[in-house]
Amino acid sequence: MDVSIRSVSKEFDGYPALHDVSLDIRSGELIALLGPSGSGKTTLLRLIAGLERPTAGAIFFGDEDASHRTVQERNVGFVFQHYALFRHMTVAENIGFGLKVRPAANRPSKREIRRRASELLDLVQLSGLEDRYPSQLSGGQRQRVALARALAIEPRVLLLDEPFGALDAQVRRELRRWLREIHDRTGHTTVFVTHDQEEALELADRVVVMSRGRIEQVGSADDVYDRPNSPFVFGFIGDSSVLPVRVENGKLWLQDRFIGIEVRDVPDGPASLYFRPHDVELLDGGGGCIAGTVTASRRVAGTRRVELEVGGARERVEIELPVDHPEAANSRISFRPRRWKLFPASGGTAALSATDDGSAGKADEAELMLAASL
Amino acid sequence: MSVDTLTGMPRPAAARPAAAHSFRRPTTEGPLAKAILITIALGFLALFLVLPLIAVFIEAFRKGAGEFLAALGEPDTLAAIRLTLTVAAIAVPLNLVFGVAAAWAIAKFEFKGKAFLTTLIDLPFSVSPVISGLVYVLLFGTGSVLGTWLKAHGIEILFAVPGIVLATVFVTFPFVARELIPLMQDQGTGDEEAALSLGASGWQTFRYVTLPNIKWGLLYGVLLCNARAMGEFGAVSVVSGHIRGLTNTMPLHVEILYNEYNFVAAFAVSTLLASLALVTLVFKSFLEYRYGDEIAATAKH
Ligand SMILES: Nc1ncnc2c1ncn2[C@@H]1O[C@H](COP(=O)(O)OP(=O)(O)OP(=O)(O)O)[C@@H](O)[C@H]1O
Ligand SMILES: [Mg+2]
Repeated sequence: MDVSIRSVSKEFDGYPALHDVSLDIRSGELIALLGPSGSGKTTLLRLIAGLERPTAGAIFFGDEDASHRTVQERNVGFVFQHYALFRHMTVAENIGFGLKVRPAANRPSKREIRRRASELLDLVQLSGLEDRYPSQLSGGQRQRVALARALAIEPRVLLLDEPFGALDAQVRRELRRWLREIHDRTGHTTVFVTHDQEEALELADRVVVMSRGRIEQVGSADDVYDRPNSPFVFGFIGDSSVLPVRVENGKLWLQDRFIGIEVRDVPDGPASLYFRPHDVELLDGGGGCIAGTVTASRRVAGTRRVELEVGGARERVEIELPVDHPEAANSRISFRPRRWKLFPASGGTAALSATDDGSAGKADEAELMLAASL
Repeated sequence: MSVDTLTGMPRPAAARPAAAHSFRRPTTEGPLAKAILITIALGFLALFLVLPLIAVFIEAFRKGAGEFLAALGEPDTLAAIRLTLTVAAIAVPLNLVFGVAAAWAIAKFEFKGKAFLTTLIDLPFSVSPVISGLVYVLLFGTGSVLGTWLKAHGIEILFAVPGIVLATVFVTFPFVARELIPLMQDQGTGDEEAALSLGASGWQTFRYVTLPNIKWGLLYGVLLCNARAMGEFGAVSVVSGHIRGLTNTMPLHVEILYNEYNFVAAFAVSTLLASLALVTLVFKSFLEYRYGDEIAATAKH
């Protein structure tokens, strides 16, 4: 089932939780809504489900306008963050609930319901737990029962709100793989909410990055990581470092120093240079590089993170070096980002409106990949 | 021999059992404090609850079982018992419905005046029962517009069964609501949303999800409500008019008998009221014992 969200806004007592959000979800897709706390992920999910009513805009299921359909009529499977299993029902009764409450005309028989429940329990790998109560299950098991219950009604869309939020890292990783398998087997259009970028990037076909009630970017894991279209996405997905620079005649300057990066079609003026700490090449001083004094150096797993103070304004940036790199011990390091992105100078809203009128697109064109010369 | 994992030195074997023996959980009191607390609690209960209860039964049977039964068989007494049961049979279901509705509204919706409604529900608890009765006298008395109008249409409220029912409903309406509000607030709307998203109608959601979630609280509230409805004295006393055989409930009847120095009869009726309290308690304990696991699961889940 295709789901199309068209210019949807949602206000809670005048507080805008979503502004003008549009998103097309293709049938059979596994989509992640990713964003910091309070960015409106749950709100968007609940709007799709029909648990909230949009203040403006419409939601289409296929060609049908579902905006005014009730949650029952939409036939969506919703998995709640805290599972919301019915505590006085056994696992089998929980899973069969959606079938039991159907109108008599298309309600399966008791035996058929029970059979379906067992079948779904097999699918979620919990065979034999039919007669347990939710309080007798572990968190991971409850999560699976909640999913089986949502699948039982043969939903048109499957919606999951932070499905693994309350579980520990080990179980999360397992369930992640398992959810992907289930999705591949059943082919449900699935939207899940997460604030864990690793989860989103690994699991989803496309990731929707949200911030402050807006969609910042929609794209594959590669898109949002390698081609972030806003400072927010660059900063939110993966590690990043920022330097305030100045564009003059297509050259980037850090204070009075040319840093060896040239751009095309970018208007003169202040800008922010974003790059990944691990995507830098070390140079041996001289012109055309960024030089800084080492203020701190930390060992993080397989690499060494070095914090540098750069230039007269003492901007701090972080870069990552191989642990055994000879330069890592020096007190002064010169480097140049290998890949980077330039955004019009900060001041959140200015940058955002710049994205809208396309000047960020120019920065996109200006993106260069300098040949690695290590 | 055990080896200290940090130093690698053999540890003196005797030191550990001794240490384990002297260890006491930080939250556990010493044996003396325990004994004192238990004695105080039990002593208090015996003095203020058990003794009076025993006294009631002793007084009732002072002149033997025959006298006791005769006192209960008296027509006025039977009428009082019947009236009490009738009033409870009307007031308790009414408050059951009202209590669930009010608790539902307060726990699951946001609306203007919610805080006010919550306070209002507590009113019968905070106001003296006599005032609760007087309110109805003012409302339906001969001096009031409503009273005059009703009288003209042949409807008696004051000094009749309807007045007693009204006063009882007023006094007992917080019991069910008070029991349910914290429970329902605690449970939130998650389960209901889950049921709705699975296609259940509003009624099915209430029937299969909400009601089972609150059933123990509801039952407890109803038991308390019933005990109070049968035992209410103050408010009922004001509106009843104390007409023997007609508008006397059991508590009022006890008072009349007592004032007439008919002690055996007074205490005989009292034993019925006391038994009601005991039955309520036993019933509740039985439920907790029989369905304890389920109640605990509902509470903690
Ligand atoms: N029922 C509500 N009433 C009022 N404000 C609400 C309501 N639900 C959400 N909000 C507000 O809308 C904004 C978005 O909330 P939402 O729950 O969608 O965030 P989220 O992205 O799911 O965050 P989290 O990761 O913390 O769950 C928040 O600022 C929140 O305070
Ligand atoms: Mg959320």
